[in-house]
Amino acid sequence: MGKKLLIQHVNVPNIHTLQVYKENGGYASVEKALKSMTPNDVVEEVKKSGLRGRGGAGFPTGMKWSFLAKPEGVDRHLVCNADESEPGTFKDRYLMEKIPHALIEGMITSSYALGAKSSYIYIRGEYFYVARILETAIEEAYAAGYLGQNILGTNYSLDLYVQVGAGAYICGEETALLESLEGKRGNPRIKPPFPAVAGLWGRPTVVNNVETIAAVCPIVMMGGDEYAKIGIGRSTGTKLISASGHINKPGTYEIELGLPVEEFIYSDEYCGGILNGKKLKAVVAGGSSVPILPAELILKNDKGEPRLMSYESLSEGGFATGTMLGSGGFIVYDETTSIVKNLYTFARFYHHESCGQCSPCREGTGWMEKILHRIIEGHGKPSDIDLLWDIQRKIEGNTICPLGDAAAWPVASAIRHFRAEFEEYIKNPQGIKDVKHYYNVHQLA
Amino acid sequence: MSQETKFNEETLATVNKIISRYPSDKSKSSLIPILHIAQAEFGGWLSPETMDYVASILKIKPVEVYEVASFYSMFNLKPVGKCLLEICRTSSCWVRGAEDVVRHIEKRLNIKEGETTPDGMFTLKTVECLGSCGSAPMMQVGASYHENLTLDKVDSLIDDYRSLGKQRSYTDLDYKNTL
Repeated sequence: MGKKLLIQHVNVPNIHTLQVYKENGGYASVEKALKSMTPNDVVEEVKKSGLRGRGGAGFPTGMKWSFLAKPEGVDRHLVCNADESEPGTFKDRYLMEKIPHALIEGMITSSYALGAKSSYIYIRGEYFYVARILETAIEEAYAAGYLGQNILGTNYSLDLYVQVGAGAYICGEETALLESLEGKRGNPRIKPPFPAVAGLWGRPTVVNNVETIAAVCPIVMMGGDEYAKIGIGRSTGTKLISASGHINKPGTYEIELGLPVEEFIYSDEYCGGILNGKKLKAVVAGGSSVPILPAELILKNDKGEPRLMSYESLSEGGFATGTMLGSGGFIVYDETTSIVKNLYTFARFYHHESCGQCSPCREGTGWMEKILHRIIEGHGKPSDIDLLWDIQRKIEGNTICPLGDAAAWPVASAIRHFRAEFEEYIKNPQGIKDVKHYYNVHQLA
Repeated sequence: MSQETKFNEETLATVNKIISRYPSDKSKSSLIPILHIAQAEFGGWLSPETMDYVASILKIKPVEVYEVASFYSMFNLKPVGKCLLEICRTSSCWVRGAEDVVRHIEKRLNIKEGETTPDGMFTLKTVECLGSCGSAPMMQVGASYHENLTLDKVDSLIDDYRSLGKQRSYTDLDYKNTL
């Protein structure tokens, strides 16, 4: 059993209440940080911990914090990115719904470290009921003196608010999120300036994912050095993984980074194996944006070594044979899954979610959806595969924000690893109904 | 502006509380939360009158409201049924049978995706990932997540919503799976 730092108490009855959360060690990091550490001490511990952003990009959190500009007389803000919208990802929802105080405690300790006096949790609009849970928990925290003026009798004061979005994947991109928080369309900003210098209302701002902020609490309690001993190499600590698709036990799991992928899929402690005893065909390991890998490349890397759930191991081999840990949205596909149809659902998603600012993404995602639609409807042409490849290449790297890349990578990887299935689908759209035949038939680009 | 497009005092108090979360010169930040309330209060969609009214509360130009309302998929710019059935169809839901759910509802209500039943009770909409991948297939109705759907479960939900006769709005719902 791996170490658990975030959801170890998830099954304690009423853990969503402040009282029970406190009885299980909650709010200790606020006490410790505010009473015995300077803000800079907290930043140093986070740096030492090696914590990396849990939203998908994996950028070192301590470094991000140290970039925050601190001009005299200008308010700065911590904004929590709870706009969880990456297909396959639902771990932040689980954490906020079950243990809302874990996020609130992290927000207080992190806001103290950054010197923020008012902080915001931006949550996707569809998670309205979760926003209500958070608001109730925030009221409890105010009543208990963890929020508001002079927290725990110290001279640190903080206000914390929840803001709901209204259905836009792009608002998970941090500058689009800030635009949305300002009451505008969620169009990503050109960087620089980075939010650390000019973020919310032009003020210095740090935007962190829910899980990242929650992880600050155990880091403060155990110290950065101890936290860094958990996990493997530069993938320190634990990670919440959202597991879905054709598995026996879908759900959110906390793993110690470095767990073998094979164990994660087949062990009863986690996914519990493939549904109905079928064979594994492919996995999207870190949310819809990361490259899909066929069974043999997700279980072992191209050198034949076991693939581990870590930033480094999953990306071993680059995009030719590897993928990314991403957001930890782990989608498993069995041997009956049509990779072509599945890709169509992703292409439709990115077309729907493109904000429309940059032509390559706005037009390209639409073309990819249309071409894939014509293929699955049985009207594909053999040249469509190369056309899709060409379009995704022209999107990647040519847009203001990473949504363009996120739309390109699933298309590129599906063609790279399952080109034979695309060819057969186009040649014989009726016969391809039994896609089992294409299990492990792939060509590496 | 028509007579009825106006928040009552209680709602206005909630709106003012939301505005107070932001610095006094940044009240536009409260636009999205207020649009949610306006949509729930004024028939489940944002008419031009409703948007103009919200603009007047925040003292911003109407176009600043239109451009936001048209960007976000949760805002309906056309009338919808009392119950908006939103079925997720992205990858994880697709592999666990979302298409069957959509076809079943289409047959049951005799409408196509995007249409409203003649009695104005139900609108069927397909949506992209709602973060319920581990409990797929799923359907959102108002603020409620209905998960691990079976066709039987879908039938009984439709019956329940029909007998309720109205949509519970975002402002009077506080927990999931409460109809």
